[in-house]
Amino acid sequence: MWLRNLLFIGLVVAAIAALRANLFPLSGNAQVRPVAPVTRGSELDEVIGRVNAAFRAEWTAQSLQHAPLADEYTIIRRLSLALTGTIPSWEEMRQLEAIPPENRVDSWLSYLLHDRRFGNYFAERLARAYVGTEDGPFIIYRRRRFVTWLSEQLLTNRPYGSLVAELIVSDGLWTDKPATNFITVTTVPEGDGPDQERLAGRVARAFLGVRLDCAQCHNHPFEEWQQKDFHGLAAFFGKTQQGLTGLYEGKGEHMMTDHKTAKKETIEPAVPFLKELLPTDGSRRSRLARWVTHPQNEYFARATVQRVWALLFGRPYLDSVESMDALSNPPQPLVLLAQDFAAHHHDLQRLIRIITASEVFWQDSKANHELTDEHERHWAAFPLVRLRPEQVVGSVQQAAALKTINAESNLLVRATYQGSINEFVKRYGDTGEDEFTGRGGTIPQRLLLLNGDMVKESTENKPFNASTLIANLSANDRAAVETAYLSVLTRRPTAEEAAHFESRLAGSKGQERISRLEDLFWTLINSTEFSWNH
Amino acid sequence: MNSFDTFCPSHGNHALERRGFLKLAGAAGLGWLTPVGQLLARQAEKKGKTSEPAYSVIVLWLAGGPSQLETFDPHPGTKIGGETKGIATGQKNVQIAEGLPLLAEQLADVSLIRSVVSKEGDHERGTYTLKTGYRPDPTIEHPALGAIACHELPADKTEVPRHVSILPNQWPGRGGFLGDEYDAFKLFDPANPLPDVTRRVSAERDQRRVADLSIVEQAFAKGREKRVEATGHRQTIARARIMMDSAQLKAFDVASDSESVRKQYGDTPFGRGCLAARRLIEVGVRCVEVTLDGWDTHANNYNSCKANNAILDPAFAALLKDLKQRDLLKKTVVLCLGEFGRTPNINPAAGRDHWPDGFSAAIAGGGIRPGVVVGATDPQGSKKVERPVTVGDLHATVLTALGLDPKHANASPIGRPIRLAEGEAVKELIG
Repeated sequence: MWLRNLLFIGLVVAAIAALRANLFPLSGNAQVRPVAPVTRGSELDEVIGRVNAAFRAEWTAQSLQHAPLADEYTIIRRLSLALTGTIPSWEEMRQLEAIPPENRVDSWLSYLLHDRRFGNYFAERLARAYVGTEDGPFIIYRRRRFVTWLSEQLLTNRPYGSLVAELIVSDGLWTDKPATNFITVTTVPEGDGPDQERLAGRVARAFLGVRLDCAQCHNHPFEEWQQKDFHGLAAFFGKTQQGLTGLYEGKGEHMMTDHKTAKKETIEPAVPFLKELLPTDGSRRSRLARWVTHPQNEYFARATVQRVWALLFGRPYLDSVESMDALSNPPQPLVLLAQDFAAHHHDLQRLIRIITASEVFWQDSKANHELTDEHERHWAAFPLVRLRPEQVVGSVQQAAALKTINAESNLLVRATYQGSINEFVKRYGDTGEDEFTGRGGTIPQRLLLLNGDMVKESTENKPFNASTLIANLSANDRAAVETAYLSVLTRRPTAEEAAHFESRLAGSKGQERISRLEDLFWTLINSTEFSWNH
Repeated sequence: MNSFDTFCPSHGNHALERRGFLKLAGAAGLGWLTPVGQLLARQAEKKGKTSEPAYSVIVLWLAGGPSQLETFDPHPGTKIGGETKGIATGQKNVQIAEGLPLLAEQLADVSLIRSVVSKEGDHERGTYTLKTGYRPDPTIEHPALGAIACHELPADKTEVPRHVSILPNQWPGRGGFLGDEYDAFKLFDPANPLPDVTRRVSAERDQRRVADLSIVEQAFAKGREKRVEATGHRQTIARARIMMDSAQLKAFDVASDSESVRKQYGDTPFGRGCLAARRLIEVGVRCVEVTLDGWDTHANNYNSCKANNAILDPAFAALLKDLKQRDLLKKTVVLCLGEFGRTPNINPAAGRDHWPDGFSAAIAGGGIRPGVVVGATDPQGSKKVERPVTVGDLHATVLTALGLDPKHANASPIGRPIRLAEGEAVKELIG
């Protein structure tokens, strides 16, 4: 109930602010400002060119005609969904229109990379890989603190290697040193400090893109990993202890039970590959951290590229984010991106800029020729990917607000927004830790959007809902339909769509007109186009 | 469309073929065409089976970890038994804890497994283990029992969700690697109307909206017709709308049962949940899980268990009686358990702590042999358990009752074969 009250107050505040922004479009909010295009004439040109050429070579080799380039609004929507988990607001779209078309995408990307929404959304995605979604051990684990810290690191564009190293080596208290939560989350209440084996599995999957977990109990059935590879990695955490002052390097050894003889033996720390990169000095965790993030550890760079790719496209480059066991012979574009990433201090924002400026990100998801499974497999067209629940609810709220909901929004607006997201995700069904397995939609999800409270409340006739504002303030039917399309689908209607919906609005007044606009919002929100990234 | 895999398309294996987006359509949309023949063939191969396998499962989920000593495995007069007394039951020489008198009367139809052993003593991990039959594994997400049943068995004429969780806590049964469409459909106190199945506007406006939607869909499909088809989005909406109009929705409305029946189940959300479970399996739902929370009795164990039993007892007993009267018990497995049991030792707060090393499950119906007690815990409270039954064994038993072979394996997204359950059916209960 409190949420509903809050929602109402929040909506009033938001709408008053929106009205104000309408009247004074450039006042009081973060602005999308024109920036010089980075994709042309910048030092990124060369690497982007090589990535493009690698994909073109692959398409030629496969005799595939790739999809044409998409328009800039489509790219802007993709960027927003990937980086902030929501669509651009109508307010932002208006600001963008003031920028010359050729600079819009670059300006938009720069704006997003400095927006706290990017930090928070990306941090949550990375946190799922680092610590999962479990609540974890209550006393010694603070997930929110961890995610907030990650968000700050991302916004300052801290070199990714240094960030990951801190996760592995940090000592101290989970409240005081948020990075330590990476380790404390594995602590089992009745157990003996952090779980060395779970940490080994995490390090291998999250940072190296390798599944070693299967080798925990036996030699890997279809890959080269041995049980000892896994336990060698676990042994780097063999001296990690937990006390009143938090994590510290103490005494202890890692024990392994041999799967054949059932004998217990002490295992020394060892890495499963690239052994020459392992430093010999320093504590066990410090050695591991420097090995994982070593500029020549190509597993680290490729795994990171693979993960960032998955976050940008909604689908990993190779089959699964965390099993790059095909690493021995990776595709050329992935190698190029990884090399550039390693050569530039593991600069995440640079990586994001390169990938999103490449042709493969700019391709349309449609074409005049038939798009087949082969196009899909070789990235010769942009994939259609179902939006994550947070993206769906974030987008519904953003579409219905007209004004941007971000860190600078009123506290109530943000609290309501976050509350609705949590409630909606609970009902819609969270995707859990493995966010990139291909999944279709479910009927409860459709029911929630067809008949649920959230859509109803965001679109019905309330004093300051988008449908009401548009009905009352738009100059004419054409402008009303166009505003609704820009708000919900980040594009203008086609000629047929415009004609159809203008006829729906024609001659309507007052309550009737608001209802028609509510119907239009409902229709757009329930379309395939809205629920799928494209 | 008669055969209608509304929520859980049988053998939808798109998770396995995620790269083939055209195949995705097959799984999301046309899954119902394929599996029945295979399934019949598989069942026909089974030898020595004369009776029909069970059709549905009802899981009474006692969340928090119920004390075996205050429910199905009392040890009166011992140190570990504490102040809880035993009462005589419909099974000769078998006692259950006081506080379950109505269930005691029905116990001739029930079997008890008093020796379930698990390796997980944490709520989240224990729940995962008991619901899926597997321990948590960071490289894979296993499907819950109900998801497996829906994946392996045909939808027949069911238009409502076939995997339902009533009063779920934060961890309802999920589809895991089989896909989100096998997730349990969640609903809360059946006294309230089912959310989101009722149109929010007049029929006239609704018709107009649907017509308008096709205009937007046409525009989007241009140049990507097959890909849009493969998302299954439009089909899922069509199915949702069929469900919204289905007469089977009445199954969720417990008020349409007579007052005397409702009274027997008890005037509680859980009692209504159990009544809804019966109504749902009558329209062909494969698995209903009904949760009764509040069993995490670290303190004040006896009083808490007493209060919980007062809710559980009438509901469980009425469910068994009702199913039997309607001739449904033989085609419905009823399973009652939680994520683990509780320590034989009583702590200083008069509570019992987590104990996965020997706890109880009650199981009835669906061809499970009634009136059997499997295994026993140590009256002295040690971890020694007679005839231990693993969680995998428990799952294998239920799957076998459903006519499924626990050894049958589905491929995980990375191609690992994963058996339906990794244990052996408890032979004392099957066949």
